[in-house]
Amino acid sequence: MSMNRQGRESGVGDGAAAEGFETYTGNRGLQLEEPLIFEKGAPDRFGVDLPAGPKIASRLGGLDRHKPIGLYGLSEPETVRHYTRLSRQNYAIDMGLFPLGSCTMKHNPRLNEKMARLPGFGDIHPLQPVDTVQGALALIHLVGEWLCKLTGMPGVAISPKAGAHGELCGMLAIRAAHDARGESRKLVLVPESAHGTNPATAAFCGYEVVGIPANERGRVDLEALKAKLGPDVAAVMITNPNTCGLFEPDMIEISEAVHAAGAFVYCDGANFNAIVGRVRPGDLGVDAMHINLHKTFSTPHGGGGPGSGPVVFSEALMPFAPLPFVRKTGEHFELVEEEQAHASTDHNESFGRMVAFHGQMGMFVRAAAYMLSHGADGLRQVAEDAVLNANYLLASLKDVMSAPFGDTGPCMHEALFSDDFLGGTGITTLDIAKALIDEGYHPMTMYFPLVVHGAMLVEPTETESKSTLDQFINSLRGLALLAKSGDDRRFKGAPFLAPRRRLDETAAARKPVLSWREPAQRQAAE
Amino acid sequence: MRYLPLTAADRRDMLATIGASSIDDLFSDVPAAARLAGPIAGLSNHMSEMEVERLLTGLSRQNLPASEMPFFVGCGAYKHHVPASVDHLIQRGEFLTSYTPYQPEIAQGTLQVLFEFQTQVARLTGMDVANASMYDGSTATTEAIFMARRITRRTKAIVSAGLHPHYVSAAKTLTRFTEDELVCGEPKLTAGAPGDDLDWILSQLDEQTSCVVVQNPNLFGHVADLTDLAAACHAKGALLVVAFTEVVSLGAIRSPGEMGADIVVGEGQSIGNGLNFGGPYLGLFATRDKYVRQMPGRLCGETVDAEGRRGFVLTLSTREQHIRREKATSNICTNSGLCALAFTIHMTLLGEEGLRRLAALNHARAVQTAERLAQVPGIEVLNGAFFNEFTIRLSKQARPVVRELAERKLLAGVSLGRLYPGVPELENGLVLAATETVSDDDIEALARGFAEVLA
Ligand SMILES: Cc1ncc(COP(=O)(O)O)c(C=O)c1O
Repeated sequence: MSMNRQGRESGVGDGAAAEGFETYTGNRGLQLEEPLIFEKGAPDRFGVDLPAGPKIASRLGGLDRHKPIGLYGLSEPETVRHYTRLSRQNYAIDMGLFPLGSCTMKHNPRLNEKMARLPGFGDIHPLQPVDTVQGALALIHLVGEWLCKLTGMPGVAISPKAGAHGELCGMLAIRAAHDARGESRKLVLVPESAHGTNPATAAFCGYEVVGIPANERGRVDLEALKAKLGPDVAAVMITNPNTCGLFEPDMIEISEAVHAAGAFVYCDGANFNAIVGRVRPGDLGVDAMHINLHKTFSTPHGGGGPGSGPVVFSEALMPFAPLPFVRKTGEHFELVEEEQAHASTDHNESFGRMVAFHGQMGMFVRAAAYMLSHGADGLRQVAEDAVLNANYLLASLKDVMSAPFGDTGPCMHEALFSDDFLGGTGITTLDIAKALIDEGYHPMTMYFPLVVHGAMLVEPTETESKSTLDQFINSLRGLALLAKSGDDRRFKGAPFLAPRRRLDETAAARKPVLSWREPAQRQAAE
Repeated sequence: MRYLPLTAADRRDMLATIGASSIDDLFSDVPAAARLAGPIAGLSNHMSEMEVERLLTGLSRQNLPASEMPFFVGCGAYKHHVPASVDHLIQRGEFLTSYTPYQPEIAQGTLQVLFEFQTQVARLTGMDVANASMYDGSTATTEAIFMARRITRRTKAIVSAGLHPHYVSAAKTLTRFTEDELVCGEPKLTAGAPGDDLDWILSQLDEQTSCVVVQNPNLFGHVADLTDLAAACHAKGALLVVAFTEVVSLGAIRSPGEMGADIVVGEGQSIGNGLNFGGPYLGLFATRDKYVRQMPGRLCGETVDAEGRRGFVLTLSTREQHIRREKATSNICTNSGLCALAFTIHMTLLGEEGLRRLAALNHARAVQTAERLAQVPGIEVLNGAFFNEFTIRLSKQARPVVRELAERKLLAGVSLGRLYPGVPELENGLVLAATETVSDDDIEALARGFAEVLA
């Protein structure tokens, strides 16, 4: 027990005393339990009043749905309370640091939300005549122009719905380009540190994935890569900065070697936040790169999307880019869809459409607000502060944690640690992550990238203040030292202070319960 | 810059801690040839909130919003009234600014919502299980074709002409480099049942067929009984994939599950989500229990915590890219979480009774519109059975008519010439949707507009 500034005793509190009694409700003060809507609601309860419609004779062709659907409703006050109570069981950036490596959880400006909800953006239909949506096309064009200039690439595909969809877009263009040359290359080289979506995407496009090892400095092993290049290699999928949070210093040589072998360079741009405004991927020889607008350009992650993954292309791949796209002629904006594409010179070999309509307009508006707010100068500062914050964390933690590449120079926007420092304690990366929850933080990314044992990938982003970082460093240092001392009480079984203790994921997978069943149905099934 | 908390002094102190003399030191791995000396040319510098708002509001005013005029546009995206509480709740920071629930102990809010969402979708579609969302209806449809291939180990998919042409195009693109073979129907404006090609599908169905993909109601609004088709598919060992673009229809029409579907996919935008010029939308994906391990996408499941309390986690992730890498069922990662939340909240506000009333009101408005338009010289209503969308044939090409009506501030629907460029038989076709947002006055204005333009 320590003393607070007023001289009274204070401290984290004695868990046992706090746990000492059970409440009748199961609630614990502000921590409120909440049943499912199916346990609270009723089929005939609702929170929407609808006007009476005209009397008509049904024209459903006798296919009326008679049997109960099994939906449960709530009135408006109950609905608002239900979802408000549920929301309070979530951690979020609005509440604190969210250092989830590779995910770029930065502040989501509310101006962006306001702009996306303007009726002229939020309430227009994708198939309205193009003359009635000139402002929307202008906005998409503006976002595309910023992305091209920021990346130094000549063209952009707007329609991909998230990062993985962008990867697919880029790899389809590469496949189409090889096809157009009459080549059927079969292999795609992917570093072992790559995100799972990279090999999954390559496989989706019919390619066989060949791993390339990292060198002892956590970078692509240039010689190993060169050795694997050959006439059967279609592309290299490389992440730069890579998933160890390091810039690939040989990137230009890599691109040259790949091009010399007749292959293309796909760059996973998930980590663009580290270099935006300081480095243009186009200058590194990249042929295609997706940009997660829900990372670098701050569109909110929303608990699992929506995202947006536009892809920038080099001259060589532009003709193969997907439909639709926006073209400006004079002051008029055209949405180039199926019919005009054949006639166009720059897109005559388009691989076609990947998705209905024209992409994530709601995200484009938010990204535009973000880009305009920062401007070219502010975006450069974003990269600098993101990298500064990560290096500050790395420098402040590497003496007590193990930073496998900490001695190879500065990191980019994220700091990578391994579980070496936990050797012999029986405490794992998972335990450290869960103990951070008790400290009031969202944990870092765990066990990714795979090239480091027990990886902990910490990405603070530029929107965190120094004092926030200092508090986090203090907390993580404390936990690291405690763990190394062999005291595992704060770790094993953590979190102790979250709305739930550790959840049994094995049981969930062994006997999956994926939807609610009425108690009678459940019993019958058992 | 208002979003960046570091001060000049902070930056100096932090560089000192790191042992770097300047920020440039931290970018020393970047090849010299690729280092930019200053801000990128040709882009504006930072702006105040006020300036950004002014600029973007200006652009938004160059568009004609749906709520400002009689509006009958559908074909995959629908204008519905979304209760104010939905948008309020999804903007709570705890939902809006959280990540995919990788740490379940501090993401029970999102996870419980997903469990509620999956249950609602499974029940609406008449299936056992639904996933936690896909990007949209079109990508969900393509994923269903791949899933059917994995289950049946066959590669031929028969695609009905009634499937939204963008969905067909997306599937064609994504199967171009896989072993899948798509056999696609050709749309016809058959009076009574536009776009219906059940007979053609039956003629194509064989022992090589992995699945049949039909949309119900189809692109032309036609509603069909798929029970016999399901039986025919199953007799050949093929799966029936039923797609929909208007989820509200499930409040009025027998569910695909009741008709015998094996996989049900669709667009959920109508519930909880605005038009947003085409995205973000919400892909729905549901199937039978026995196929769950072949499903793409995230799944939320029920479990207990160390103290035996109920909780929810992401589960069966050995199907997914982060574990299985090149052997994953799909490459999808980020999906449509917040759109699923909006859907679930709106669906909770509706409940069973509200959804049925909403569906009935949609149908009533569409029937009213169709009957009124049938009186206009130069218009032939093609549909017999339909829900809230139907197809008309005009006495002239529909595309210029739509443009002319738009100039009169009437958004009359989607011309088939836009969706199927270069198909002369379809050029006079127009698909209209009428939802609960349509008023008597709107219908009258539309009918008068047509009468004038067609005269
Ligand atoms: C390095 C990397 N690549 C690709 C992705 C996939 O992006 P998305 O989730 O938007 O599909 C992610 C994000 O999860 C990532 O971190």
